[in-house]
Amino acid sequence: MNWELLFQLVINGLIVGTLYGVVAMCFVLIYKASQIVNFAQGEFLLIGAWTCWWFLTTFGLPFIWGFLFTLIFMMAFGIVLQVVVLRPMIGEPIISVIMVTIGLSIFFQALMNWMFGVFVQPFPPIFEAKAVNVMGLNVQPVYLLGMAISIAVMIGFAWFFKFSKMGLAMRATAFDQQVAQSLGISIKRVFAMSWAISAMVSALAGVVIGVVNGVSSALSFIGIKVFPAVIVGGLDSVIGAVIGGLIVGVLENVAEFADGQFLHLGNLYTIAPFYVLIVILMVKPYGLFGTPDIERI
Amino acid sequence: MAISVSRPCGQFKTRYRNDTTLFATPVTRAACIAGIVLVALSPLVLDSYYLNLMIQIGYYGIAALGLNILVGFTGQISLGHSAFFGFGAFASAYLNNVVGIPVWLAIPLAGVWTTAVGMIFGIPAARIKGLYLAIATLASQFILEDFFARADWFSGGSSGALANPFELFGFAFDSDQAFLYVVLGYVVVMYVGAANLMRSRDGRAFVAVRDHYLSAEIMGINLTKYRVLSFGVSSFYAGVGGALFGIYLGFVSVEAFDILLSIQFLGMIIIGGLGSIAGTLMGTAFMVLLPEVMEQLVAGIGQVAGDIPALNSGLAYLKQMSIGLAIVLFLIFEPDGLIHRWRLIKAYWKLYPFSY
Repeated sequence: MNWELLFQLVINGLIVGTLYGVVAMCFVLIYKASQIVNFAQGEFLLIGAWTCWWFLTTFGLPFIWGFLFTLIFMMAFGIVLQVVVLRPMIGEPIISVIMVTIGLSIFFQALMNWMFGVFVQPFPPIFEAKAVNVMGLNVQPVYLLGMAISIAVMIGFAWFFKFSKMGLAMRATAFDQQVAQSLGISIKRVFAMSWAISAMVSALAGVVIGVVNGVSSALSFIGIKVFPAVIVGGLDSVIGAVIGGLIVGVLENVAEFADGQFLHLGNLYTIAPFYVLIVILMVKPYGLFGTPDIERI
Repeated sequence: MAISVSRPCGQFKTRYRNDTTLFATPVTRAACIAGIVLVALSPLVLDSYYLNLMIQIGYYGIAALGLNILVGFTGQISLGHSAFFGFGAFASAYLNNVVGIPVWLAIPLAGVWTTAVGMIFGIPAARIKGLYLAIATLASQFILEDFFARADWFSGGSSGALANPFELFGFAFDSDQAFLYVVLGYVVVMYVGAANLMRSRDGRAFVAVRDHYLSAEIMGINLTKYRVLSFGVSSFYAGVGGALFGIYLGFVSVEAFDILLSIQFLGMIIIGGLGSIAGTLMGTAFMVLLPEVMEQLVAGIGQVAGDIPALNSGLAYLKQMSIGLAIVLFLIFEPDGLIHRWRLIKAYWKLYPFSY
C-alpha cells in the first residue's frame, strides 16, 4: 500500500470535489427553481472559460477585469438563453425539456470547438508561486484559491437562500409555483435569475479548472460528471449536491488508486462514478438528501 | 385531434376490428407498397451516393423505431440507445467471427442478445422514471462504451472488429446495390412488426403506461413487466439496426457509438414525431440528410461568395451545430414533429378549397 499516494489522491479528490460540488449546486439551483434538468451545464463551464481566456489573451486585460467581464457576459447569456429557448418550453413534457438542453449542449460544444479549436490552450500565468506546501503535500495555489472561492460561493448561496429577498422568492417558487405567483413573486424573473446565477457560478468553476489544466472541450465533460454527484446527493438538495460532489471527487481518485495499485483495468477514473450512480438509483432512488416523490391518486 | 385528420371525413367504423387495421385506408396501403417498390427499383437509376444514404436511413431507421417504441409509445426515456446499437454491431461480428454462425442468422441473434442486455439495463426503469431514468440510461451508455473499449474478447478492444458481408445461398450482398435489398427487407419486416405490435394487447399496454401509468396499473397492467419489456423490444430493434450497420461498413469500432449518436437517435424521433411509426422514418431521413445538405450549402456559399476557409474547416462543427439547432427549433416550433406537418398538409388538400 502506498499511503502517501492515497493521501495525496484523497486531498486531490476533495479539491476537485468542491468544484464538482459548486457545479452540482448550479445544476440543482436550476432544477429546483424551474424543474429543468440542464444537460448544458458543462457547456456553461466551457463558454465561461473560453470567454475569460479570450478577454485575457486577445485584449491583454488583467485577470481580475477579464474575470469580471466574463461574469457579466455569462449573466446576460444565462438570461437570454432562458428567455429565448427555455421559456417556450414551460409546461412541455419532460422529454422535450431534456432534449432542448441536450440540443443546446451539442450546439454550443460544436460552436466553441469551431471558434477556439480543439487543442488545450493554457491560461496566461496568474500566480508567481508554482506550488505551495500544505501539510507536506505540494498543492497548486490556483487549486487553493479555487477551493477558497468554492467555499465562499457555497456560503454565499447559503446566505442568499436564507436571507435575501430574491433567494426567498426562489425557494417559494421551488416549493409551489402557483402559490408563489399568487403572493406576488414574478416567476419569470425567478427563472431568469436562476439561469443567470447558474451560468455565472459555472463559469467561475470553468475558469478555475481552466487556469489549472488549460481550456479545452474536455471541460464540458464536467457537466456529465455532475450527474453522479447530484444523484448521490438527491436532485433537489443544495447541501446534497455539495456532499455528492465531494463524494464523487474522492471516489474517482480512490478508484484510480485502486485501479493503478491492484486491479489494472484502466479508465476506472471516469467510469466508477457511473457504476455508483446505477447502484444508488437501484437502492435509494432519491439520493441521500432528496425528497421522495409521493404520488397520490 | 391529430388522429382524426388522418382518417377520411367522419368515422364510419362499425367494428372494433376496423379501428385497428394495419393501414388506415386502402390508399395508405397502396402508397406504402408503391414506396417499397420504388425503393426496390431505385438501384436501376440511382448511383452509389444515393444508395448509401438510403441504406443509412434504413439501419438508423430501424434503431430509431426501437427508440420510438420506448420513448414515444411507452413514455420512458433513454439516453443510451447508441450503446445498444453498438452492442448489436459487436454481437453480430462476434457471433460470426468467433462462434461461426452465418451472417444471416447472426443478425437476428445479435438482436436477441441485445434484448437480453437491454432488459438488464432496463431493470432500473421498473423503479424510477422521468429524469432519474434519463440519468440512469446515460450511465448505461458510458458503462457499455467502456465495456466495448475494454473487452478484447468481445469487441476487439480499441482495434475494433471486422464484420463479414451478408451471404445467402452463396451470394454475397457486398455491393451497395445488393445490400440495399437486405436493408429494405429488414426495414419492411421491422416496421410492419412494430405497427402490428402497436395494435396488439402488449402495444396498447405500452400506450396505457405512457398516458397514465396509475390508471394502467389499476386496469391490471403489470407496470414492471411492460417497462422492462419495452426496453427489451427497443434494444432488439437497436441490435438489429446495429448489426446491419456493422455488416454494411465491414468494420466496427468503439468510437462510432458515442453519446452524440444517442442524441441523434432521440433527435430523429423528436423531429419525426413521438409515437408515430411513419414519422420515425421521416425523422431518420431528415437527420441523415441534414449533414449532406449542410455540405451542399457550404459548397454553394463557397461558389457564390468565394472560398471562405473558416467555413470549410468548420464543416464538421457546422454539421453538429445544425443537429443541435434542428432539435431545439423543432421542439420550440413543431413539437409534434414532421408527421404532424404532414397530416396538416393532407388535411389541407382534403378540404381544399373550402377549408373551414
